[in-house]
Amino acid sequence: MTVLDTTPSLALVIAVGVLCGTGVYLLLERPLTRVLLGFVLIGNGVNLMLVVAGGRAGAPPIVGNSPASERMSDPLAQAMVLTSIVITLALTAFVLAMAYRSWQMHGHDEVADDVEDRRVARHAALNAPAFEDADAAETGETLDEEAADVFDDVDDDEDETQGAR
Amino acid sequence: MTTEPLWSAATLVPLPVLLPLFAAGLTLALHRFPVAQRVISVAALAATTAASAALVVVVDSGPIVVDVGGWAAPVGIDLVADRLSALMLTVSGVMLLCVLLYSLGQGVPEGDEIPDKGQRVANLPVAIFHPTYLVLAAGVANAFLTGDLFNLYVGFEILLAASSVLLTLGGTAERIRAGSVYVIVALVASLLLLAAIGLIYAATGTVNMAQLAVRLPEIDPTVRVALQTLLLLAFGIKAAIFPVSAWLPDSYPTAPAPVTAVFAGLLTKVGVYSILRTQTVLFPQHDTVDQVLLVLALLTMIIGILGAVAQNDLKRLLSFTLVSHIGYMIFGVALASEAGTAAAIYYVVHHISVQTALFLVVGLVEWRGGSTSLDRLGGLAKLAPGLAILFFIPALNLGGIPPMSGFLGKVGLLTEGVADGSGLAWALVVGSVVTSLLTLYAVVKAWNKAFWQTAPPEIEPHVALPRGMVWPAGALVAFGLMLTVAAGPLYGYAERAASAAMDGHTYVDAVFPGGSERGTGESVEVADETGGGDHP
Repeated sequence: MTVLDTTPSLALVIAVGVLCGTGVYLLLERPLTRVLLGFVLIGNGVNLMLVVAGGRAGAPPIVGNSPASERMSDPLAQAMVLTSIVITLALTAFVLAMAYRSWQMHGHDEVADDVEDRRVARHAALNAPAFEDADAAETGETLDEEAADVFDDVDDDEDETQGAR
Repeated sequence: MTTEPLWSAATLVPLPVLLPLFAAGLTLALHRFPVAQRVISVAALAATTAASAALVVVVDSGPIVVDVGGWAAPVGIDLVADRLSALMLTVSGVMLLCVLLYSLGQGVPEGDEIPDKGQRVANLPVAIFHPTYLVLAAGVANAFLTGDLFNLYVGFEILLAASSVLLTLGGTAERIRAGSVYVIVALVASLLLLAAIGLIYAATGTVNMAQLAVRLPEIDPTVRVALQTLLLLAFGIKAAIFPVSAWLPDSYPTAPAPVTAVFAGLLTKVGVYSILRTQTVLFPQHDTVDQVLLVLALLTMIIGILGAVAQNDLKRLLSFTLVSHIGYMIFGVALASEAGTAAAIYYVVHHISVQTALFLVVGLVEWRGGSTSLDRLGGLAKLAPGLAILFFIPALNLGGIPPMSGFLGKVGLLTEGVADGSGLAWALVVGSVVTSLLTLYAVVKAWNKAFWQTAPPEIEPHVALPRGMVWPAGALVAFGLMLTVAAGPLYGYAERAASAAMDGHTYVDAVFPGGSERGTGESVEVADETGGGDHP
C-alpha cells in the first residue's frame, strides 16, 4: 500500500489562516454574540486544519471497495473532525443560550468586568488600606470617578450597587 | 477473542467512565423523582470510587490496557490504567462523593439562596444538577484513563460542557457574567488543544500516546518543541498557570459552594495531570521547556499568593491560593526527575482533598454567617466552634504546617529542588517557602477576620449547622488528615508511579505488549488492513 501524499493544499492552509485570524479578531470583542462568531470561525479553521492534516483526498477508505491501486483517504482524520464538529456545535448552542440569557437580564450581551476585581483595584488606586470598608457614602463618588478613569467600565446599575455595598 | 473469563481486572478500567455516564442518563430520565435521582447518583459515585480503589491495588503490579472498541492499540482507542491514573481516579472519586453528599445536605444543591445577594434566583432547573454532575465525573475519569490524545480532548470537552452548565446553574446575572468568562476561556483552550492534536497528527500520523512516545523523538526537534509548547499552553490554561490564570479567580467564586469545591479540587488538576502525562510520556527530553516551566511555576506561586493576600472575600481568597499552589505541582513536573514527579503527584493528591474541603467549609461559613466577605463575618469561633475546627485544620494543611500532608508534599519538592542545585531551582525553593508563608498569612488573616473578630449583629447567635452538610465536609477534612497518616505508603506509591512514568518504556510496553510498534511504518499497514480507528 502506498503511503498517502501528505503535502497540504496551499488554498486550504490559507483558508485555515484566514478563518483563525478573523476569529481571533472577533474573539477580542466584548459582546458575546461576536465572541461566539469568533469561536465558530476559529473552530471551523481548526477543524479544517485537521482535515488538512489527514492528507489529500483519495478513494473511500473501505477495504475491498476500492481498487487496490488507488490511494485511500485517511479515515482517522475524518473521524476526528466529525467528533470535533459535533462538540463545536453543542458548545455553540450553549454559548448562544448564555448570550440570550445575558440579553434577557441586562438588555445587552456584553461581558462585564468583575465587580470584586474592580473593588480591589479601586482600593489600590486610592492606595487605601485594602481591608477597611472605605466605600463609605461621602467618598463614593470620587472612588467611582477614579475607577472610571483607571479601569474599563462596561457596566450597568446592578453591578454598581453591588460594588458599593 | 477466545474464551476469556467474564470478569477480570480489566473490567474495572472502563467502569469509572461508564457508571457515571449510565447513571447520568438514568437520573435525567427520572427527573420527576428526586429521591431516586439522589440514590442513583450516590450509588454510582460510590461504585466508581470503589472500582477506582480496587484499580489502585490491581495496577500496582503493572498497567492495564483495555481496547475499548475491540481494536488493538494503534488502530483503536485504548484506556490505560496505571498507578498515576488509578490514584487520581480514587482521590477524585472520594472528593466527588463527599461533595455530592454535601450538596444533598444543602437541600437545594442548585442555588445558594443567600437573600442579601439581591439576585433573582428563580426557576432553578432542579432536575439537571445530578445528571450534569455525573457527566462531569465521567469526563474527568475519561481524561485520567485515556491513552489517546484525541480521546483526552473529548474527555476535556465532556467535563467542560458539564462544568459550564454547573457554573451557570439558575442563570442569575452574576453567574452568567462569571460563566461567560469561564466558558470563553475554556473554549479557546479547547481549540488550542484541538489545533495541537491536529498538528501532532500531521507531524506523526498518530494520536495514540504510546505510539507518540515512540514517534515524537524521531521528528524534527524544532517541530517537537513547537508541538509541546502548544499542548502546554492548552493544558496550562486548563490548569491556570500564571500568564493564563486570570480567568479562574474571576469565575469560580460565584458558583454554588459544592460546584466551586468540585471545580477547585478537580478541574485544574485534570490540566495538571495532562501536563504530567504529556511531559513524562510524550516529551521526556529535558530541555529549555523545563526551564520555562520552572519560571512559570515560580511566577504562578508568587503572583497567585499576592492576589490572595489582597482579597477580602473568602471564596476569592481561596481561588487565588488555588492558582498559587498549582505552581508547586508545576515545579515538581518541571524538575523532570523521578523524585520531583513523585512529589508533584503527592502534592496533587493532597491539594485535591484540602482545597475541596476548604471550599466546602467556606460554603458552611456562608450558610452560617450569610456572607463570604471578611468584613461581614466575625465571631464564628465562638458561635460555631465545630466549624472553626473544620476550617482551621485544612487551612493549616494548605499553609504547610508540619506534620500535615501539605508540609510533606512541600518538603519533597524542596528536597528535590535543592538536589537539582541549579540557580533557577534554588529560586524556586525560596519562592516555595515564601509562598508557603504568605499562604499561611492569608489563611490566618481569614481566620482572624471570620472567626476571631467581634461578631457583627446580623449573625444569629443560636443556629445549628445542617448536619447533612457538616459531615461530608468533615469526612473530607478527615480524608486530608488520612493522607498524612498514610503518607508513607502513599508517597511510596507516588514514587513508583513517577518512576514508571519517567522510565519511558513501561507505558509503551503496556500498550504494545509485542513491541511491534518500535520503529515506523507498520501502523500504516495495520490501519489499512483493519479499516482505521473508531474514534467516538
